[in-house]
Formats: sequence, C-alpha cells, structure tokens
Amino acid sequence: MSLRVRMWVLAVGGLGVALLLAGAFTHMPDFGGTWHPYGTRAVAEALRQHSANAVASVNFDQRAFDTMGEQAVFFGSVLGTVVVLRQAGDEHRTAPEPAFVSAPVRRYALLVLPVTVLTGLYVIAHGHLSPGGGFQGGVVAATALHLLYIAIDYRALQRVRSLTLFTLADAAGEAGYLLAGLAALVAGAAFLENVLPLGTFNTLSSAGTVPVLNAAVGVEVAAGVVVLLAQFLDQAIVIEPADGRGHRADGAARAAPEGGRP
Amino acid sequence: MAGELPVMAALLLVAVAGTAVVLARDPVRQSAVLAGLGLSLAVLFAVLQAPDVALSELAVGTAFTPLMVLLSVRKVRHNARRSERREEHE
Repeated sequence: MSLRVRMWVLAVGGLGVALLLAGAFTHMPDFGGTWHPYGTRAVAEALRQHSANAVASVNFDQRAFDTMGEQAVFFGSVLGTVVVLRQAGDEHRTAPEPAFVSAPVRRYALLVLPVTVLTGLYVIAHGHLSPGGGFQGGVVAATALHLLYIAIDYRALQRVRSLTLFTLADAAGEAGYLLAGLAALVAGAAFLENVLPLGTFNTLSSAGTVPVLNAAVGVEVAAGVVVLLAQFLDQAIVIEPADGRGHRADGAARAAPEGGRP
Repeated sequence: MAGELPVMAALLLVAVAGTAVVLARDPVRQSAVLAGLGLSLAVLFAVLQAPDVALSELAVGTAFTPLMVLLSVRKVRHNARRSERREEHE
C-alpha cells in the first residue's frame, strides 16, 4: 500500500471513531448527576453476589475476563523487562558495595517496613470487602520490601529477595487465575463464572470466586513488581558494561540533561 | 456549586502538579515532582469517590514510577561518568 492509500485508510478509520464517540457522548450521563445506568446495574449485581466492594465484583466477577487480559498485560511487560534488561554478553557483574545510611533514615525505614508490608497484605486480603485489591495491595507490599534497600543496602535486599521464588510466584499467580477460570468449566459453568458458595455478605468468606481471583492477581502483581524492580536495580547497581569502546548507552548518556546531583 | 468545590480544588492541584512536572527539566527532580502529581491525582480520584483507583494511583504514581525513573537515571549517569573517565585516560 502506498503512503497515500494508507493515509486515506487512516482518515476513514479516524473519522468513523470520531463519529461513534460523538454519538456516544450525546447519551452520556451528566457529570455529577444522579442517573448512572451502568453503576446501578453493577451495584445491584454486586449485592446479589454478596460482594461488599462493588468495584471488586465488576473486576473479578462481572468482567473477570477483562481482568484476565489486564493481568496478562502486566505479566507480559514484566517478561519483556526481564528479557530487555538481562545481563548481556559484553556486561559483567560487580559485588554491590555496603552503603552508609544515616541512623534516623535506617530507624524510620526499618520501623515502616513491616507496617507497609502488612498494609499491602491487608489490602489484598480485603479486596472484596473494602477499596483496593490484588493490584493495589500487591504494589504496596512489593515496593515496601525495597525499604530494605533504603534502610540498609542492596546486599540486604538481595539476601531476602530470592528471585527464583518471586519469578515462580509471578508465574503461579498468572496460572492460578486461568486455572480458577477453568475450574468453573469443570464445575459445569462458563469460563470464570462465579461458582463457589457466596457466603455471608461483608465477611472474609464471601463473594464466591472473587477473593480467589483477587488473591491470584495479588500474588502475581506483588511478585511481578519485585522481579521488575530487580531488573532495574541490577542494571543500576551490579551490572557494569564491558571496557570495550562504543557502548550503546554512551550516546544516551551524553544526551541526558546536565545539572543536579549525580 | 459549593458541593463541587473539593473537585475543583483537586482538579486545580492536578493541573498545577502536571505543569510542574513538565517544567522540571532535571530527571531526578522531575521524578520527585512526578510523585507529587501521583499524590494529587490520588486526591482527585478519592474526591470523585473512586477509592480503588485512588489506591492504584497512590501505589504506582508515588512510589513505583519515580523509583524506576531514579534507577534509570542512576544507570545512565554512571555509564556517562565511566566513558568520561576513559576519555581522560586515553
């Protein structure tokens, strides 16, 4: 296809999307109004399925298939980072040096670390009851672990953070979501359908498969963020380019703006 | 109108923080300002009664993204210093 034809195809497609959007916007509920056609139905369905957090009901029950896609996007991006930021053939590893940390920073970080990890786990566990869920709690718990790097140094973080374990947990979380969906098929229902007993409203054991899928996402995101940050940390701290000339990063480094603390 | 004041204030905060991110030219400072933008977006979502989204933005916008930016900057500057040293040496 020539550039001219491609531009015409683009123009036709863009015009179609613009017309559809404009048409849809004329039927949108007003901002801050009381008429919410989707919200009303979603909340009614959430209550019917004994899910106290209506958002969790939308994510893991009413639109569980969408969430599977989103989880796959996250898994894929972690996988991509691992591939791109891996140690290349012309790079070598150095042992991270112990760092000096001022006493107040160390005390504060070590004090906040367990509290933050616990908060993350709490948010994951109560995803179907209160705001938050697997994704939010997973990110909080995973970033909280890195307070160890701030409080002590990279060697301390490396000792606690078994990458093999976290990589396995990442894959297990991703697989767990699919297996929970397939289990519904075995039970004679549709893929990812809510088949477990609904339990008592607003208790930990309620909402059927919602807490199960939520936990799978929590494990996947928490482990995925740790693995993702490990690639960045390794590149920043322990992986050194070889001494050969013409390293690819040199050009990018010179283009970086000057000034500020190195 | 009075009921919309918190939304207006939060929107204004996001506009100011977003502009500040663009105006900060040094990537290290920019990552700190970016964390501020994440915080103001979290406030906006909370005011709009979307606590789930607010929590996501808080976790990703204030801790995760700035940390990745800082680590990338550290790597790039480290490489730049190495190549400068090598040029001096030669």
